[in-house]
Amino acid sequence: MTASAERASGRPPGPKPSLKGSAARGSILADRAATAVLWGTGVLVLAILGGIIVHFAVAAWGVVSPSFIVGDPSDTELGGILPVLWNSIYMLGLTMFIAVPVGILGGIYMAEYAGENRVTSAIRFAEEAISSVPSIVVGLFGLILFVDNFRWGFTALSGALALTFFNLPLMTRLAEQALRAVPQDERSASLALGATKWQTIRHVVLPLAIPGLITGVILTAGRVFGEAAVLLFTSGIGTPPHYDFTDFDLGNPASPWSPLRPATTLSVYIWKLNSEGLGVFKNQIVDGSAAILISMVLTFNLGARFLGRLLSRRLTAA
Amino acid sequence: MNTGDEMSVAALHMEPPVIRRVDVAAPATAVDIVARPEDIKIATDHVSISYGTRVAVRDVSLNVQDRSILALIGPSGSGKSTFLRCFNRMNDLIPGATVRGAVTLDGENVTDPDVSVVELRRRVGMVFQRPNPFPMSIFENVAYGPRRRGLNDKRALDELVETSLKRAALWDEVKDDLRRKSGLALSGGQQQRLCIARVLATDPEVILMDEPASALDPVSTLRIEELMRELREAYTIVIVTHNMQQAARVSDVTAFFTMAEDRAGYLVEVGPTGRIFTRPNERLTEDYISGRFG
Repeated sequence: MTASAERASGRPPGPKPSLKGSAARGSILADRAATAVLWGTGVLVLAILGGIIVHFAVAAWGVVSPSFIVGDPSDTELGGILPVLWNSIYMLGLTMFIAVPVGILGGIYMAEYAGENRVTSAIRFAEEAISSVPSIVVGLFGLILFVDNFRWGFTALSGALALTFFNLPLMTRLAEQALRAVPQDERSASLALGATKWQTIRHVVLPLAIPGLITGVILTAGRVFGEAAVLLFTSGIGTPPHYDFTDFDLGNPASPWSPLRPATTLSVYIWKLNSEGLGVFKNQIVDGSAAILISMVLTFNLGARFLGRLLSRRLTAA
Repeated sequence: MNTGDEMSVAALHMEPPVIRRVDVAAPATAVDIVARPEDIKIATDHVSISYGTRVAVRDVSLNVQDRSILALIGPSGSGKSTFLRCFNRMNDLIPGATVRGAVTLDGENVTDPDVSVVELRRRVGMVFQRPNPFPMSIFENVAYGPRRRGLNDKRALDELVETSLKRAALWDEVKDDLRRKSGLALSGGQQQRLCIARVLATDPEVILMDEPASALDPVSTLRIEELMRELREAYTIVIVTHNMQQAARVSDVTAFFTMAEDRAGYLVEVGPTGRIFTRPNERLTEDYISGRFG
């Protein structure tokens, strides 16, 4: 019996149903509805992002100029946000310098070495718990531990470590996920060629995980840029109107390179101005600073993706 | 399926196996091929493999002659691939897998905890079912194994990559964009030959192939089979295949596995391919190769 005869024999005789029949109408409608909802969600996300960018671009028009960044801050002039802009970049660098390597190493441990046991489930539980602690609580913790107990005072280092506490669990979790997403086949191929486990991780797994790791870095960095509550209690409010960038004496609290100095970041600055600022140009400065912050975040994200691609190519080349 | 005639034709065209058969009426699991001990490249002695409490392979003993091709055939779930992976200890990667019995390479037990799996896998290479080149250039794919062994001399690497690709019959197709083209940009058949080249570059003695052509079109499959016949001159090859014509075409010796009632795989019989496909000793083998089950 041929396949088609077999199929036909199972059907009662009678007129063949039309291809335009109504039997499947319900599922077709559901399919269209799902497409529309998913499309709509995507458009909404893009619209929110676009809306924020456009709003601050318009609000900051005429405010942001070279003098807004490097000018002399005073109550009667716009701008001079370079010191706080520098602090944001500095805090980002310091935090990422600690959180990224430790997070990636932790992720490698969790994905490649740790088995499924009580210790690893305790680690996962802690990761989730710390990530969901309100940031103001993390800030208070940093205040008690670093500022008071360690007697470091309100310093960039206190802030960066508190931010690391806050970010490390996220970075570790995202790194673990990025590594786990690398197909097992790739590991098998490498091990079967006589590579050791570490060689396999170094030369196959990590390069393939780079896009996922970059996502982790970007999300972590976004929290550093945006975080005000943690830093309020740890790196403090208090930034001189000018930094002497030629002062490389790390022990000098006035040097912009020193981790042992108070450091107001752009986010904290916006919060402070918006809640207690009194100057004439307060609103313009807030808008301008927000526009700068957003463009920094976007630049960082695009730059990180670009560097990730370069790195991936470098790592797989040799 | 009635391919009995084809089989015997294929068997006639094959080079006579260099294996002496001794005990025709041996019990099913016994080895009916005995080569001179110094000709045995790899062997298993009462090997059983379990995952946790489930026995996947039970009590398999067989020898593989140096520079010959052994085909493992049998229905899905009969433990052929699991058995194959005990030769390069890839089963180590599966949590809960245990291997009992002895697996020897040149007389040395590879299941010994002192054995370096890294060294073992350099001597016993493996080609997987799905072509799995690394997402790197063709050159870097082939250079991967030697580089991990510390070979970084540019001239030596160039030479090694070229000979490996030539041996895998891929050189002419890729020589112009070795460094520009990703291994993943090749066709399925080319990818599989790249994977073979990648194994050859580590200078193995044994090559394990786990259904190497099952994801390939018929033309690519034939090229892989031709390649296997050529490689047989220098390497010992063990291949798992679902394709019985393939086993008949390429192998010198065939081992037939099936599943027991408790789902454990076991060896039904092993013998020169020509005999297994024309005059199998076991009813189960005959039923399987004539398409009555499996």
